[in-house]
Amino acid sequence: MSAITHLQFLESEAIYILRETAAQFQKPALLFSGGKDSIVMAWLARKAFYPSKLPFPLLHVDTGHNFPEAMEYRDWFVQEIGANLTVGLVQKSIDDGRVQEEKGHNASRNKLQTVTLLDTIEEHQYDACLGGGRRDEEKARAKERFFSHRDEFGQWDPKNQRPELWNIFNGRKHFGEHFRVFPLSNWTEMDIWQYIRQENIPLPSLYFSHQRKIIERHGQLLDASTGIIPLLDEEKPKVKEMTIRFRTVGDATCTGAVESTASTIDEIVAEVAAARQTERGTRADDKRSETAMEDRKKEGYF
Amino acid sequence: MDLLVNPTESSLLRFTTAGSVDDGKSTLIGRLLYDSKSIFEDQLLAVEESSKRRGDAHVNLALLTDGLRAEREQGITIDVAYRYFATPKRKFIIADTPGHIQYTRNMVTGASTADLAIILIDARLGVIEQTMRHTYLASLLRIGHIVLAVNKMDLVNFDQAVYDKIVGDFQAFAKGLDNLPQVTPIPMSALNGDNVVDKSASTPWYTGPSLLQHLETVQVHSETAADEARFAVQWVIRPISDRKDAKLGNLHDYRGFAGRMASGTFRMGDEVLVYPSAMKSKITGIHTYEGPQPEAIPQLSYSITVADEIDTSRGGMIVKANEPAQTSQEFDAMICWFSDKKILKPRGRFHLRHTTNDVRAIVTDVLYKVNISTLEKTVESKEFHLNDIGCIRIRCASPIFFDPYSKNRTTGSFVLVDEQTNNTVAAGMIQRSVGGDDFEDPGSAI
Ligand SMILES: Nc1nc2c(ncn2[C@@H]2O[C@H](COP(=O)(O)OP(=O)(O)OP(=O)(O)O)[C@@H](O)[C@H]2O)c(=O)[nH]1
Ligand SMILES: [Mg+2]
Repeated sequence: MSAITHLQFLESEAIYILRETAAQFQKPALLFSGGKDSIVMAWLARKAFYPSKLPFPLLHVDTGHNFPEAMEYRDWFVQEIGANLTVGLVQKSIDDGRVQEEKGHNASRNKLQTVTLLDTIEEHQYDACLGGGRRDEEKARAKERFFSHRDEFGQWDPKNQRPELWNIFNGRKHFGEHFRVFPLSNWTEMDIWQYIRQENIPLPSLYFSHQRKIIERHGQLLDASTGIIPLLDEEKPKVKEMTIRFRTVGDATCTGAVESTASTIDEIVAEVAAARQTERGTRADDKRSETAMEDRKKEGYF
Repeated sequence: MDLLVNPTESSLLRFTTAGSVDDGKSTLIGRLLYDSKSIFEDQLLAVEESSKRRGDAHVNLALLTDGLRAEREQGITIDVAYRYFATPKRKFIIADTPGHIQYTRNMVTGASTADLAIILIDARLGVIEQTMRHTYLASLLRIGHIVLAVNKMDLVNFDQAVYDKIVGDFQAFAKGLDNLPQVTPIPMSALNGDNVVDKSASTPWYTGPSLLQHLETVQVHSETAADEARFAVQWVIRPISDRKDAKLGNLHDYRGFAGRMASGTFRMGDEVLVYPSAMKSKITGIHTYEGPQPEAIPQLSYSITVADEIDTSRGGMIVKANEPAQTSQEFDAMICWFSDKKILKPRGRFHLRHTTNDVRAIVTDVLYKVNISTLEKTVESKEFHLNDIGCIRIRCASPIFFDPYSKNRTTGSFVLVDEQTNNTVAAGMIQRSVGGDDFEDPGSAI
């Protein structure tokens, strides 16, 4: 691969996958969280079908625990790329009695998202969901195919994945089954940042250094300014004003911040290059057990 | 962490590991990532903790890639893991594949997109059947470069005689292969890192490069601009709008064929054939989101417009008028059979997926199977069981447009899909058409 750069290769591969998804499925949707990976994926989708509009909607599984900046960005971005947006509300799954809210001060809606996602897929009859997952994020993801088959219960069977050879992607399925498709499988966190820089993609302000009230809990820096995370009485005096940014943006209750003064893309690229921790190292949901991600994926998680 | 590579000039190398179970493939990848400082602290901490919990004598670097619960419990690799790292010289995509014979399909999956294969051998055991099987598969898939990693040299006192014998045995076997890849042997200890990133003091008799030095500099062949131009149509872009686009003008009549250049180059005005009809036309537009482009180059994605109202859509293909593809309904192909539940035999029916095509197909004959240890063709049985390799004749419900696999990895490859389960049950490499043109593939796999 001499003539083209690695970013050109990754971009073209992702566009190829996005087009395969549109062509092989009846009703795909693109999972859009407002995080940088789903932003890059939607950006690539606009390129893939240009000059047409996106042939599928963006789907946001909304935990209700959002940073306001992320929601503002979401609505601006959807407009900017001319896409349609569908929202699945975790709050609705709770109100309908489909799931029960976790208790305690470490409660997270991260796990509940799976039910909302599967319910939304069923309600709209989506047969493929495009996800921004990357194989470098986590050791179970490193094993997953571009076209990841899910049975009618939404479950992943890691020991029985379809062989995926050359550039041939097999999206054949029985009624009721569906697929998760990951166009960014081969991208690393650094690739994402270098691409954002190359393309000049606007991002939610959360990714850049800012001042925020923070509470440190189990070695994690959590948001204490929005009130989304309930504080224990003994924690209240420990809240500190810090200079931080977020490396991933997801559900506010399990997204940890990092201390950082990086306020431009160039500074972030330099910071990512020097980082000693994975970006998921800031996420509480992966720390619950050694195979937490695999277990969640088997149940139908992203 | 991911070292800063210059995004405008870095090249990418994709490689895979292969070899028998427990030869040290995953450990080697772990060592390569570790010694090239591509492991994060929290990843290392997690591996150290699990190693301790499991009572391993040392930090088990294989746990960096063996990520599934079942793999960690059994200490083996089951499915291919993809890992990424970069040095200032190059970006790498690694496929770490299982050595266990039961999971050969996952090895083939990892190898199908690789430019180079590292074949490991346990220095105590030498060349064994699984070494031969994987070498054969690598050559069948036309991986042009092999690193022969003679591993666990620490267990044979870094003895040069042991190393020389294994290299000799391997080369004797490899001579029998038709597409002889370039072989670079390296003595190693994946466990201790000898000759992985840095040259080892324990092998003063070895004068070649370390593994990483070799990976950073090896030149691999991939699709070039000089090859015949091949562009399979994935999707037709029809905005159905009277909008005026800033870069492309009025979209009312816009009809672009979306796809990726598999090989070769198109320029504006090139005379082309458009399959399935093979009608002649001319290229009138090569578009990306960035606007009109002067040419389409290998591996990049485009939307292409042609001069005439030609009927094509997904499954069609655009080629240069003076470089037609082969068109045939029936052809011979080498296949690897992947199913442990089903058997392939004459009259078997499948969905055949080739480029962006999906057609019904029937196996008209089994020509021979290959005995992996002797490389001989056998005709005793016409049935393929799990992991069998051989040559079949297959007929499609409608013609496909292809090249022999020896000429083009994209237009020469296909998979077979089981009609009941929809599982991918075979990988196929086309050799020659039957009945159609009298083309003979000179470098057929055997
Ligand atoms: N002494 C020694 N042991 C090694 C070396 N390389 C690997 N091992 C050990 O060999 C065993 C198997 O290593 P793995 O890396 O899991 O082997 P593998 O080839 O990936 O096995 P599969 O993926 O299951 O085919 C482990 O206990 C390793 O610690 C080496 O160079 N020297
Ligand atoms: Mg292994």
